[in-house]
Amino acid sequence: MSIQVLMPALSPTMEKGNLAKWLKKEGDTIKAGDVIAEIETDKATMEVEAVDEGTLGKILIPEGTADVAVNTPIAVILSDGEDASAADAAKPAQQQKSAESAPPAAKEASAPRKAPSAVAEPPKPAAPIEPDVPEGTEMVNITMREALRDAMAEEMRRDKDVFVMGEEVAEYQGAYKVTQGLLQEFGPERVVDTPITEHGFAGLGVGAALAGLKPIVEFMTFNFAMQAMDQIINSAAKTRYMSGGQIGASIVFRGPNGAAARVAAQHSQDYSAWFSHIPGLIVIAPSNAADAKGLLKAAIRDPNTVIFLENEILYGQAGPVPKLDDFVLPIGKARIARRGNDVTIVSFSIGMSYALKAADELAKQGIDAEVIDLRTLRPMDSDTIIESVKKTGRIVTVEEGWPQAGIGAEIAARVMAGAFDYLDAPVTRVSGKDVPMPYAANLEKLALPSVAEVVEAAKSVCYR
Amino acid sequence: MAVAKDKAQPSAARRPDKPSEQGSVPELSKEQSVSAYRDMLLIRRFEEKAGQMYGMGLIGGFCHLYIGQEAVVVGMQMALKPGDGVITGYRDHGHMLACGMDPKGVMAELTGRQHGYSRGKGGSMHMFSAEKGFYGGHGIVGAQVPLGTGLAFASKYRGNDNVSLTYFGDGAANQGQVYESFNMAKLWKLPAVYIIENNQYAMGTSLARASANTDLSTRGASFGIPGERVDGMDVRAVKDAAERAVTWCREGNGPMILEMLTYRYRGHSMSDPAKYRTRDEVEKVRNEQDPIEQVRRRLLEWKWASEDDLKKIDAKVRDAVNESAEFATVDPEPDASELYTDIYAQAAR
Repeated sequence: MSIQVLMPALSPTMEKGNLAKWLKKEGDTIKAGDVIAEIETDKATMEVEAVDEGTLGKILIPEGTADVAVNTPIAVILSDGEDASAADAAKPAQQQKSAESAPPAAKEASAPRKAPSAVAEPPKPAAPIEPDVPEGTEMVNITMREALRDAMAEEMRRDKDVFVMGEEVAEYQGAYKVTQGLLQEFGPERVVDTPITEHGFAGLGVGAALAGLKPIVEFMTFNFAMQAMDQIINSAAKTRYMSGGQIGASIVFRGPNGAAARVAAQHSQDYSAWFSHIPGLIVIAPSNAADAKGLLKAAIRDPNTVIFLENEILYGQAGPVPKLDDFVLPIGKARIARRGNDVTIVSFSIGMSYALKAADELAKQGIDAEVIDLRTLRPMDSDTIIESVKKTGRIVTVEEGWPQAGIGAEIAARVMAGAFDYLDAPVTRVSGKDVPMPYAANLEKLALPSVAEVVEAAKSVCYR
Repeated sequence: MAVAKDKAQPSAARRPDKPSEQGSVPELSKEQSVSAYRDMLLIRRFEEKAGQMYGMGLIGGFCHLYIGQEAVVVGMQMALKPGDGVITGYRDHGHMLACGMDPKGVMAELTGRQHGYSRGKGGSMHMFSAEKGFYGGHGIVGAQVPLGTGLAFASKYRGNDNVSLTYFGDGAANQGQVYESFNMAKLWKLPAVYIIENNQYAMGTSLARASANTDLSTRGASFGIPGERVDGMDVRAVKDAAERAVTWCREGNGPMILEMLTYRYRGHSMSDPAKYRTRDEVEKVRNEQDPIEQVRRRLLEWKWASEDDLKKIDAKVRDAVNESAEFATVDPEPDASELYTDIYAQAAR
């Protein structure tokens, strides 16, 4: 059966090209893989290789022809024993036939579908799950550092696939002592000191997760995670999607994020907005010991890639944590830290310190602020924010990160979409200043948000 | 030899300057030869078809063909057992077929259809099969190396004797993360075989123009990782080296590097004008070293197969490839609702 050779495309956008040269002539024998012609566009030249075997029966487009449309028949290849007259009856190499069966791998990959939404979010549980903290549960006062350590230790006891790796996590007991005691309890196989090699060990952790383990990768600080950004985003966050749901990375990247104190620009940066931009990541930023414990336990169990943003300044702050065998909090649920009616203040992580102090100050001035702790930045609990704004009509966002394309900007857009008619004042942001972090003590203080700025912003949206 | 001496380092390391100068290699059995012939031919014909379908506009984006390099994956795969992991970069169609993935599912992914391995969301460079131990298909040059090292870490963590095969090219061999991985793999004695597919060109840049040290088998020297240079056009030599490396890893000796001297006949990707090398260079390799032709010649010479037997194999392979192409042409595109699926997995509550 004779077969037509069609004008190929060099790229998906190519529509036509020049047939520069024929390297075979009519009557030549052709093997699959033989170069038979050269085609060119203004950008490139390319060889046309035969895919089928036979004899070059007829050249339909002579060499030197310009502007040959893609998929135009350019020659006819005859199979053994055919004569040139068959060339006229040639049919295109590609035939359409109906698919009879799906490949087995594709079949088994089918899973329930869900309706599209504007922003990709993990499926929500049917009913909101609040932790079951029974009345009269004893509360213990522990630091956030201890809460995080306890969360890891409990999950490592529970699941032998969970391990922790990072710089100085084992023998040194953690650069910020968050992994204190883990080496002694779990041994060096599960508490792994790495070389200073963020790109490498982040990627190694993702590989271990693709193989089914549940790594907790500690960055000494998130500033160093930029070395590993490609592995976090391209390898961890996107693989589930790129594999059609077959394989994903259940892994937690955790460590201190944001400004510490007097460590200047390269060591003082808030990555909240960076990571929350990425579909496929879950981003958590707790403000207190109880949330830190309950959410880190949830993060370790979660089948997805979780960025867990801690804060060095908060590590030493103590707070009440329920004394329960298994205290796990839901990911993606904001917490109303203080109820009020006049203005909504939304924040997270260390920003909550400014927000709550500002609310105290505002109360003295007769303004009753509602304070929301986002806790999870992605998926963001818009409902809680919007419900609050419907009540107060005013909102101020507080974060240490930069203003452009920040968490506050995202909240502003969501409030505009979800509660536009309820707003009595423009959404107002309090953020870190739009500068690299300076070293000088006075400048550093100016670069960060302050309680006074939050108070002022809240008063301004209340027109006071 | 420039590799750091490690105790019990495989001593059989042969590193001919040119593939043709190799020493004697253990022969394959008749069954192994026939099977290698079939597996390599499947990759060759599949890739030719993919090239054709790209030309017809059925495959979009980037498409990197494996034609010429078939002996590498087919020989390596002969040393594996269930549970071993394989990971590679973006020139991955051959690896998937060698792992036993269904040509229909692979081709349907290339055309972006709903029964592709990634339901049309991955494309040529991003395909996976948990079932076949194939961990991708990665589009960022070199990124698969830490990932493959992590697969090896998981084997060691679980205390089994599985190994991971991490493939990368001569171009990726200059990425920093490769050396970060080498260091950890050796430090923790991870069962990682690193296969450097040296096809002589990183896109359009020849090895000599990009690498201060062009003997890639020595790239683990400063970590004490043994390396071998292998004739990657001879499936017997590949299988022989693969068995040595895989055994070395299974026995807990840590990682090993195999530099496969190979050659891609086609351009870097479909849009490569290939002006950096001559047609004669390509033709010479093709005529003198073609991995499939080598096996074919031996099969006929030793009367392990007749021309007719081989024709039957050819026809079967061609049928399978045509079937995959037809399937990939008529299979529907993914449903619009697929846009928002597979981003997150549901947490167990």
